Amino acid sequence: MIHAWPAVVLATCLIGIGAYGVLARRNAVLVLIGVELILNGANVLFVASGATVSVPSTAGSVLPLFIITIAAAEVVVALAVVLLAFRASGIDVTEKS
Amino acid sequence: MTALDVALVGFGLLALAGALLAVTTRHIVHAALWLVVALGSLAGVYLVLGAEIVALVQLLVYVGAIVVLVLFALMVTRSPIGPSRDHATSPAHRGVAAVIAAGLVALLLAVLLPIAGSGAVTRQVTSNRALGADLFGTWAWPFELLSLLLLASLVAALAIARSRAVTGKEDA
Repeated sequence: MIHAWPAVVLATCLIGIGAYGVLARRNAVLVLIGVELILNGANVLFVASGATVSVPSTAGSVLPLFIITIAAAEVVVALAVVLLAFRASGIDVTEKS
Repeated sequence: MTALDVALVGFGLLALAGALLAVTTRHIVHAALWLVVALGSLAGVYLVLGAEIVALVQLLVYVGAIVVLVLFALMVTRSPIGPSRDHATSPAHRGVAAVIAAGLVALLLAVLLPIAGSGAVTRQVTSNRALGADLFGTWAWPFELLSLLLLASLVAALAIARSRAVTGKEDA
């Protein structure tokens, strides 16, 4: 037996912390860390709903696998863009070069 | 509170502490290392929730690959080691960010908590056999599309990183 609400609170707080990281950081790589936390909050929500529904379903595990893969692809492209932007104008996302 | 609840709350608190430190620490490299703590304890959360494959993939892909990539990016962009205030935001900026984040949390909790309910339910453990059958049955086409996406992002990352930086000059 398990309660669903601690997992929901965990997912929500992760999304909130991630949003704070995206908004409050100026280093582009640290902004990406905030995005990763938001994606993980979504994953926790998927796994938690898969674990607590009454009908057994694998979607709660399949969709997080997809999200993790897409996050990996997103990070690769984003870091390439960060690298290019760093060469052009530095790492600060608020600076206009 | 059942034993599973205690394990879930324990891993969850660890993950939240790691995440909070990852977005607030002034040591830039430490932020990536606190991210390892957060993502590793989230793998524990997935284990408690009965999703073994997701926990393993979380460790392999997130902790093993993405964090290493982030650390490489910090290295390549010459991030300072030790506390740094070069790119610190003003307290007002951080305050506004915290207010927006708290509003987001309140909004999501107001929507999601009534759905989650407060009673204890039986935990559904996802069997790896059923997961594999569904992944390569029902989800076969999205799975193939995913490999296409990975290939596209690989090529795009190479193309972007190898192109010359735009410096605003005509001959750049």
